[in-house]
Amino acid sequence: MSDASLQREPPDRPWSALAVEWLREHLFSSWTNILLTILSIAFIAAVVPPALDWAVFSAVWSGETREACLGEGKGACWPYIAGRGGQLIYGFYDAVERWRVDIVYVVGAIGIAWLMIPRLPGKLWVGLAMVFAFPLLVYVLLSGGLFGLPIVPSSKWGGLLLTLIISLTGIVVSLPLGILLALGRQSELPVIRWLSIGFIEFVRGVPLIMILFMASNLMPLFLPSGWNPDKLLRALVAISLFSSAYMAEIVRGGLAAIPKGQREAAAALGLGYWRTTLLITMPQALKISLPSIVSSCISLFKDTSLISIMGFFDFLQVIKAGNSDPAWSTPNTAFTGYLFAALVYFAFCFGMSRYSAYLERTVGGGKVGTGKA
Amino acid sequence: MSDTWAIEMERVNKWYGRFHVLKDASLKVAKGERIVICGPSGSGKSTLIRCINHLEEHQSGRILVEGHELTSNLRAIDEVRREVGMVFQQFNLFPHLTVLENCTLAQIWVRKRPKAEAEKTALELLERVRIVEQAKKYPGQLSGGQQQRVAIARALAMDPKIMLFDEPTSALDPEMIGEVLEVMVELAEEGMTMLVVTHEMGFARKVADRVVFMDYGRIVEEAPPAEFFENPKHERTKQFLSQILVGH
Repeated sequence: MSDASLQREPPDRPWSALAVEWLREHLFSSWTNILLTILSIAFIAAVVPPALDWAVFSAVWSGETREACLGEGKGACWPYIAGRGGQLIYGFYDAVERWRVDIVYVVGAIGIAWLMIPRLPGKLWVGLAMVFAFPLLVYVLLSGGLFGLPIVPSSKWGGLLLTLIISLTGIVVSLPLGILLALGRQSELPVIRWLSIGFIEFVRGVPLIMILFMASNLMPLFLPSGWNPDKLLRALVAISLFSSAYMAEIVRGGLAAIPKGQREAAAALGLGYWRTTLLITMPQALKISLPSIVSSCISLFKDTSLISIMGFFDFLQVIKAGNSDPAWSTPNTAFTGYLFAALVYFAFCFGMSRYSAYLERTVGGGKVGTGKA
Repeated sequence: MSDTWAIEMERVNKWYGRFHVLKDASLKVAKGERIVICGPSGSGKSTLIRCINHLEEHQSGRILVEGHELTSNLRAIDEVRREVGMVFQQFNLFPHLTVLENCTLAQIWVRKRPKAEAEKTALELLERVRIVEQAKKYPGQLSGGQQQRVAIARALAMDPKIMLFDEPTSALDPEMIGEVLEVMVELAEEGMTMLVVTHEMGFARKVADRVVFMDYGRIVEEAPPAEFFENPKHERTKQFLSQILVGH
């Protein structure tokens, strides 16, 4: 009896009635709402069908040359992407040596998937291998010069490969560095504190593009002559340092949200500064700031396209170069290229965002950041 | 005879800026003694017990805990904290760890016990505070009374010689106060040295060897509970008791 009266929707109502009720509640509840609904529908009707038609229905899906994409009423020229796929993925890496890049892609994908799939065991070891051994493997394989591998200079790396190398390095380096900077900023030792604050404020006050410009053009002037670090290395250092300053402020925000009682309880149990930080405050701070950390990673991923000012051909730059390839010159080439670039960037960023939402739900079990629950 | 005293405080003074929180506070606590500290809010009673494990630093006077003098020397502080467990008003459990992990963390990292041994100790203590069936849950899934009992078990897991309670029932809903006091009474009966800041006068009557009354940073009066409640000497104590015992 009481069960039935608690039920808000009698189960035998037809779904159409429910649908009408939903529409009335959500789309037509007031005059402004009705107006907004109509305007939105008009906008969608005006934009979506032509866009879909261009990108999918009238698009050219097969063909070997640009001739396939020429002609009245044709849409996106997808064979162009397929035709230049090699360069998008490998940059200008020597064609016979591309297997080396393939190994990097496969090992990297397996490693990252291993860390992301909850059921798989040995996360700690895989994680350590990915952070310490994998970059070494990437460096040796891609640069060559060892084990009889021919040298491929970093100026030939490009496309998605370069974008991924730079963004992953940036993410992996900036998180620990940002954590140290955040702790340094709150340190009781004045020298460490002032150095941290100085670094963070300087980097945050300067555009990334200027830091990259300094790394590429000014740094060689300051370094002792004869010592000229690889340009890619300079780009990696610049991006990592830039990102770590932002990471530091994110982590500091997380730390500030931890109630004082947590530190007191840890102190009363005899845990010192490092153990309290490592076991009590930092795990909670990282969990609180996870959404911001992932936002920062997403920005970093997109900001890597700025390294084109150092003369690199990252993913976006390779697309741009391809758009002006005479072999594929059609009215739709450039649009197709940019649409594809947007889809790829979106896929990576959306993936990161979904994964972070998943982590927020599952990591650490308990609700964090409240003194009392 | 310093080895009969668990805690000796001699003319302890503390200031927050220009505000004088503790004024020449002197208190000696014998081993196994149960002290209840009461007084109006802002009287310095929490500050007094927080000085004992150096969560607050005193600026003059001496504090000895189990014969170790508390100085600002980190090693001396560690030495003292090893002997002293503390239970807070807001429980302060670690929300990212399970109940069991809350009770094993410091055993493993500070006492250097093997994990299995730490878990065994923790489960025994959780059994004792009657919450062992919640060991795998996170603090956020427990009621306030349950959390505070876990906090007691967490402190006991370090084998402290002295337990400090800083208003352990003030943040609890009334129906949960009983279950926490019950655990504290049992602990008192087992001979633990306890300093309890509380307004639970029933608890004071039942277990305290001495009741200490503080006002404006001074220890105004200390007496066994019978004497304290029936025959308070100071005007201020009488006034406080008449306010707090209304309705009791």
